[in-house]
Amino acid sequence: MIDWKKYLIVFLITATLFLSASYLSNYFGQRRIAELETIQDRLAIDILSSETQFDLLSDLACRNLSGSSVLSGELAELGRKLEWSESNLGGGEEVRRLKEYYSLLEIKDYLLAKKLAERCKVKSAFILYFYTTAEHCRECERQGLVLSALRERYPELRVYSFDYSINLSAVNSMLTIFKIKDTELPALVIDEELLTGFQPLEDLSERVEESFKLKEAESEEE
Amino acid sequence: MVSISNIIFYIFIFLTVYAQVFLLVTFLENRKRILIRKGRTFLLDYPEVTVIVPAFNEEKNLKKTVNSLLNLNYHKHRVKIILVDDGSTDNTWKVMQEFSVFPNIRLMQKRNGGKYTALNLGLESVETPFVGCMDADSVADPDALVRIMSYFEKDPELMAVTPSLITHQPKTLVQKAQKMEYLMSVYFKKMLGILSAIHVAPGPLTIFRKKVFEELGPYRHAHNTEDMEIAYRMQKNNYKIEHCNDAYVYTGTPSTIGKLFRQRLRWIYGFLNNTLDYRDVLFKKKYGNFSFFTLPAGVVSVVGVTYLLGRLLYSLGDFVFNKISHYQLVGFNFGTALRQFDVFFLSTKSFIFLEILIFGLVIFSMLLGAKMVEGKWKFSAKIFYYLAIFSAVAPLWLVKAIWNTLLSKRPAWR
Repeated sequence: MIDWKKYLIVFLITATLFLSASYLSNYFGQRRIAELETIQDRLAIDILSSETQFDLLSDLACRNLSGSSVLSGELAELGRKLEWSESNLGGGEEVRRLKEYYSLLEIKDYLLAKKLAERCKVKSAFILYFYTTAEHCRECERQGLVLSALRERYPELRVYSFDYSINLSAVNSMLTIFKIKDTELPALVIDEELLTGFQPLEDLSERVEESFKLKEAESEEE
Repeated sequence: MVSISNIIFYIFIFLTVYAQVFLLVTFLENRKRILIRKGRTFLLDYPEVTVIVPAFNEEKNLKKTVNSLLNLNYHKHRVKIILVDDGSTDNTWKVMQEFSVFPNIRLMQKRNGGKYTALNLGLESVETPFVGCMDADSVADPDALVRIMSYFEKDPELMAVTPSLITHQPKTLVQKAQKMEYLMSVYFKKMLGILSAIHVAPGPLTIFRKKVFEELGPYRHAHNTEDMEIAYRMQKNNYKIEHCNDAYVYTGTPSTIGKLFRQRLRWIYGFLNNTLDYRDVLFKKKYGNFSFFTLPAGVVSVVGVTYLLGRLLYSLGDFVFNKISHYQLVGFNFGTALRQFDVFFLSTKSFIFLEILIFGLVIFSMLLGAKMVEGKWKFSAKIFYYLAIFSAVAPLWLVKAIWNTLLSKRPAWR
């Protein structure tokens, strides 16, 4: 009376449909990772090229570099895409590796942009932002939103974000240098000063403007 | 990390896809057997049939219903009609009396006791080998009865045949949405009929062999869904029920969301409670596909949609909370939101593809239902009315039906 074979066949068809959906999902996931790798490679070449040019031409490089250094917006966009991939593509080994690479690029860009700002008197301000993904950090999410808005407000501002839990030696060195503790996240470093806990938009705005003024004063003194 | 909520979510999606594929495979296996007749149907013999029309406050619709029965393409003196006024407080009885001149129509009046009591009163006076009921808000197509009876002629084992219900002159958006749903039901019912697994013998013109009631007893209250309970009882006793897809009965449908909500609440409550009453038939080989497919698939859809609603509300709440806190923190800049949009951020999780598949199968079911009724493939914008209205409101009556079942709170008829 009951056609068990049919129940089994339908089960197999349904399982095949499920596997196909999973395959499609993986396929698009891989394409995204490939896209991230492409962006990252391009950024790496840009940074390396700027660094090399800077070293080669020293002060003479200012005119060339100030306009052509890596755009912080592009780096930020890569950061957003990586963050999205981490929570939506399962945060596997590939995404983790990309994130490590991204952190290194950020440090390199930070060092280069800082040198450039000092030598070439480019208007700029820097924020180093430390957060964690090891546990759910609601304050870090809020801080991330504030920093994005801040970046929109001040295009010359460069924000570099680092995952406390990434366990990469270069990032660990930054943690040591700035004495960042995991109990005090989110943490921000602006003009070498450490701020812990959530910082509202207006407070940070003041800080950034102060930082701009400070830079201007320094350059006038020189 | 895979959460328990995700596992439950994927199990429900799997079972939903399974049920849809099961019906589709049944269709592909039997597509050549599905008749769509055009023109008159003739029988070798025209057995006598009694149609009972229970009516409570149906003064507006009754005339059309009875006229449609009088105009059936069937030997006139072989159709007996019993009109039962179930204690109406309007002019229903008066309207009935206009039909007292017809020799094949018998009138009965009783104190209000609910539809099943009116049907049972009518059943007591049935003397023909076949009997059916007809809701007083429905109109039968002239060929409906003869096409139904042709099924009995072909299969002496057959105990009941259900017709295809089509929405009667849909006017409002809610009724247009139901039109597509009813077409989809034609396809589902036909497949369940082929699988010998029909779980409801609807009020409008289901025809039974009289011996069904003689052997199994009269209609029961059955949580206000007596047409469902009789089908459960028949399945429990291995009585065969078929669906005649080209026998059309046009039925009135709720015109507003509120009325639709009350009707569906009654149906789903009835389904849950009849299934609880008949839980001993679940997963028993001797009750066939009814036991292994219809009832489990129904329960999965009720519980699954409710669960998905919970999940959706949670995500929605989370989304709104995030947006509010986003606004409080930094205000909202539409330009930024637009600038940050990128196809990169479109989700491609596997459940998205599965949901597209489920929606695709639902739309295909409606098209198949339309094909079975109208004989041609026809895409209608009403499909989108259905998807929009039912996905927004259906979870609410499902939740309420589960809630009422847990509290044993019976919904009102109207």
